[in-house]
Amino acid sequence: MKRANRIITVLIFIFLYIPMVVLVVASFNTGKDITQFSGFTLRQYQRLFQDRSLLGLLGNSLLVSILASLIATVFGTLSAVGIHNLNPKLRKVAMTLTDIPMTNPDIVTGVSLSLLFVFVGTKMLGQRNSLTFWTLLIAHITFNLPYVILNVMPKLKQMDASLTDAAMDLGCTPLQAFFQVTLHEIMPGVVSGAIMAFTMSLDDFVISYFVTGLDFITLPVEIYSYTKKPIQPKIYAMFTLLFLLIFVLMTAMNLIQLAADKKKVAARGK
Amino acid sequence: MKKTKSVLLSAPYLAWMVVFTLVPLGVVAYYALTDPATGVFTLGNLRNLGMYLPVLWNSIAYSLVSAFICLLLGYPVAYYIAHCRQTAQKFLYMLVMLPMCMSFLLRTLAWVGLLQDTGIINTMLAKIGLPRLRLIRTPAAVVLGMVYNYLPYMILPLYATLMKIDRRLIEAAEDLGCTPVQTFCKVVFPLSMPGILSGMTMVFVPAVSTFYISQKLGGTDTVLIGDVIERQFKQGNNPNLGAALSLVLMLLVFVCTGIMNRFGGGEEEVVV
Amino acid sequence: MKKFISALLVVCLAACLFTGCGKKEETTTIYVYNWGQYIAEGDDDSIDVIAEFEKKYPNIKVQYSTFDSNETMYAKLKNGGITVDVVFPSDYMIGRMRQEGMLLELNYDNIPNAKYVDDSYRGLAFDPEDKFSVPYTWGTVGIIYNSKYVDEADVTGWELLWNEKYAGKILMFDNSRDAFGIAQYLLGYSVNTTDSAELQACTDKLAQQKPVVQQYVMDQIFDAMENEEAYIAPYYAGDYLTMVEENPDLRFYRPEDQGFNIFVDGICIPTCAKEKEAAETFINFLLDPEICAQNLDYLGYSVPETEAKQYLDEELVANDIAYPSQEQLRNASSFDFLPEETSREMESLFMTVRNG
Repeated sequence: MKRANRIITVLIFIFLYIPMVVLVVASFNTGKDITQFSGFTLRQYQRLFQDRSLLGLLGNSLLVSILASLIATVFGTLSAVGIHNLNPKLRKVAMTLTDIPMTNPDIVTGVSLSLLFVFVGTKMLGQRNSLTFWTLLIAHITFNLPYVILNVMPKLKQMDASLTDAAMDLGCTPLQAFFQVTLHEIMPGVVSGAIMAFTMSLDDFVISYFVTGLDFITLPVEIYSYTKKPIQPKIYAMFTLLFLLIFVLMTAMNLIQLAADKKKVAARGK
Repeated sequence: MKKTKSVLLSAPYLAWMVVFTLVPLGVVAYYALTDPATGVFTLGNLRNLGMYLPVLWNSIAYSLVSAFICLLLGYPVAYYIAHCRQTAQKFLYMLVMLPMCMSFLLRTLAWVGLLQDTGIINTMLAKIGLPRLRLIRTPAAVVLGMVYNYLPYMILPLYATLMKIDRRLIEAAEDLGCTPVQTFCKVVFPLSMPGILSGMTMVFVPAVSTFYISQKLGGTDTVLIGDVIERQFKQGNNPNLGAALSLVLMLLVFVCTGIMNRFGGGEEEVVV
Repeated sequence: MKKFISALLVVCLAACLFTGCGKKEETTTIYVYNWGQYIAEGDDDSIDVIAEFEKKYPNIKVQYSTFDSNETMYAKLKNGGITVDVVFPSDYMIGRMRQEGMLLELNYDNIPNAKYVDDSYRGLAFDPEDKFSVPYTWGTVGIIYNSKYVDEADVTGWELLWNEKYAGKILMFDNSRDAFGIAQYLLGYSVNTTDSAELQACTDKLAQQKPVVQQYVMDQIFDAMENEEAYIAPYYAGDYLTMVEENPDLRFYRPEDQGFNIFVDGICIPTCAKEKEAAETFINFLLDPEICAQNLDYLGYSVPETEAKQYLDEELVANDIAYPSQEQLRNASSFDFLPEETSREMESLFMTVRNG
C-alpha cells in the first residue's frame, strides 16, 4: 500500500513537472520550436534583458500584488476583528459576502468588475479612460480580502476572549490591547493570509485580463498576448528565471521555518 | 465597550464588499437585460441562451470528469505526503504548491508542445518507429489540461484534512481487527470527506469556467462556456450576451457548490 | 522573521514608487495599439522602429500593445474604457469607426510625410476625404499551403479549405469579416452584401467547414504552418513572405478567378486619444519613406509609397506576391464598411459558427 502510494506520488510529481522541464529546456534552445532542441544558447536570456517591456511588466505585477496584498492584509485584519464581534446574524451576512468572490468563477468576477468600472467610469462619469492602475488595484484588493478574512477569522475564534479583557484590566487601552495581545495571537493567520493574497495576486490572469486597459498591464496578461503571436522564446527564459527565483524563495522560507521549529522544540526541551 | 466600537471596524469592509461584489453583479444583470445595439430593456439575450445549453453541458461534464480524476490521482499523493516525516512533508508540500505560482498559460503551452501532431511525444514515437497518435485537440486533451492545472487544488485541501486525522483512531481500528482496507474505508475515507469536498469544489469551479485550456488543447468542437463568454466580450462585441452567460455560469456554480456543501454538511454530522 | 519580511516589503514598495517617480520627466507617453507582428522590432537585424522613434524624439515614449483582429480591437475600444493614441485598423473598420464617431480628424500640418503616399491609396471609399486615416500598408489575402503535403491538383480555389482529404490540417481565420469573405467568394456573393439570406448561406457554408478545421486562429498561423502542424491556411500575403523564410516548402495561392480580398490598413487616431500631437509625430515618422521601407521590408507587406520602393530589396519589389499585377488583381475586391446592423449580424453569426 505504502509502496504503491510512493510510486503514484513520484509519477504525479513527474506529471506536474514535465511541462516545466520542457519550458526550461526550451529557454536554452537555439531554435524557436519547442519540440526540437537544436542547440544550446543563452541568447534568449540576452534578448530578455534587452527587452523594453517584459521586465517592466514584471515590475508592474509586483507593484500591484504587493500593494494589493498589503492593503488587503491591513484592511482585512481590522475587518475580521470587527466581524468577529458582530452579532451572529450580521456575522453570517458578512461571511456570505466574503464567500461570493471565493465561490464565483474568476471569469465572472473579472467580467462583473470590468463592466462596473466601464459603466461607472465611462457612462456615469464620462471618463475616457476608466480601466487604469487604480481599477486594477481595486479588483486585486477585492479578491484578496476574502483570503485574509478566512485566514484570520479562525485564529480569532481560537483566541481566548478573556486575554484582551485581562490586558485592559491591567491598564491597556483598547488600542494597546489590540496591538500587544490580539495581533500577537492572530499573527500566524495574518501572515498566511498575506502570503496567499500575494501569490494569488501575482499569478492572477483571468480577472486582470478583463480589468486591465492598455496603460497598465501585468505580466500574465502580456504573456497571454505572447501566446497568441508567433512564439518568442525569451518568454521561456523569463519563465525559467521566475521558476528559479520562486524555488529558491520557497526553499529558503521552508528552511528558516524548520530552523525556527527546531529552536522551539529545543527551548521546550529545556 | 470595546466590543461595540470594534464592531464599527467591519462597516468599511461590508461597504467595500457590497460595492465591489454585489453591485458589479447588478451591473452584469443590467447588461444581460439590455440590447447590445440600442441599450433598451430586452429579454432577447436570455432567450438566446438556449442555444448554449450544449456548451454548458459540455463544460459541466468535462470539469466533473476532471474533478474525479483529480481526486483519484490526488488522494494517494496527499495520503503519502501526510504520512511522511515532518521535513519531507514540508518539502513535498512546497513542490505541490510551486506549479500554482507559475504562469498556467505557459505551462499549458508546454502541453501543446508535448501533445501536438508534430510535438515531442509524437516525434519520439516516430523515432522508435511507432505510428503518431492523435493526442491534441481531443476531449481527453482538454481533461488532461484541466487535471494538470488544478490537481494541486485537490492535493492541498486533502493533505490538510488527512493531517488532522487523529492517528489513535486508525490504531484503534487496527486493534479492533480491521484490515488496512477496512480501516481506510471505514475510518480514514469518511474522516477526509471535508477535504474531498473542498478539493472537488476547488477543481470544479475554475475548470468549469476556464477558457484558455480548451482554446489551446481542444479542437473546434470542444467549446466551453468560458470560451463563449470570453469571445463575446473580447471579439464578438456583444458584452450583453456575455453578461447573460456569466449570470448562468454563476448560478450553475452556486447551485453545484450548494449541493456539495449540503451533501458535505450531512456527511460531516454522520462522522461526528 | 516577520519583521524582516515586512521591512523587505516596505523597501520593495518604496523602490517601486521611487523608480515610478524618477521617470516622471517632461516626457509624453503615447499608447500605440497595433496588430501583432506588424512593426519591425529589431529581430533578425531589422530596424527597431519604436527604438528609432524614441531616439529621434527623446521626449515621446511609446507604450506598445497588440491586438489580433480588427474585431478584437474594435471591441476593446468600444467597450473597454481605455486610452489609445494611435491605432491601425483595416479599410472597412476605418469606415465603421469613422461612421460611429470613434476617430479624430488628422492635422496634416504635423504629418508632412503624408505627401509621399501614392494617389491610388488616397480618397478610398472608407475615408473619401482622407480626414481620418493615412495608409500604413496594403496587401492581399490568399491561401498558404505546404507543398510537401498538399497535392497541387487540389489547389483549385477557396474550396481547398473545405477539402476533407486534409481534415484536421486546415486553419481558418478567427475573425468574422475575413471568414465570411472567403465563404462569399466561394458562393459568388458580393463581399459587401447586406442580404440576410446570403449571410445565412455563408454561415451554413462556414459551419460545414468546421469539422475539417484544426483551429480558428490569427497569428498562431505562423508557428503552426512553419512547424507543419497544419498544411493549409488562408492568410495575408505579407505574412506568407515571413513564413516562407522559415519553411521553404510553403506556397502562396490566390484564387484569381473566384476573387480575393485586397486590403489597405491605415493609421488613425481614435477619439479616446490624449496626446494627439505626439501621435501625429509618430504617424509622420512611420510615413517617412526610408523608415516605411525598412519597416515593411521586414514585415513583407506592400508599401503604399512609390518613393519608399527605392529603399526596398529589389527582389521584393519584383515579387508578384507582394506586388501583384493589374491582371492578377482583376477580380480582387476590397471590404467596404457595412451598416451597423450588418456588422453586428455578421459578428453574431460568426459566433454561432464558432460556438455551435
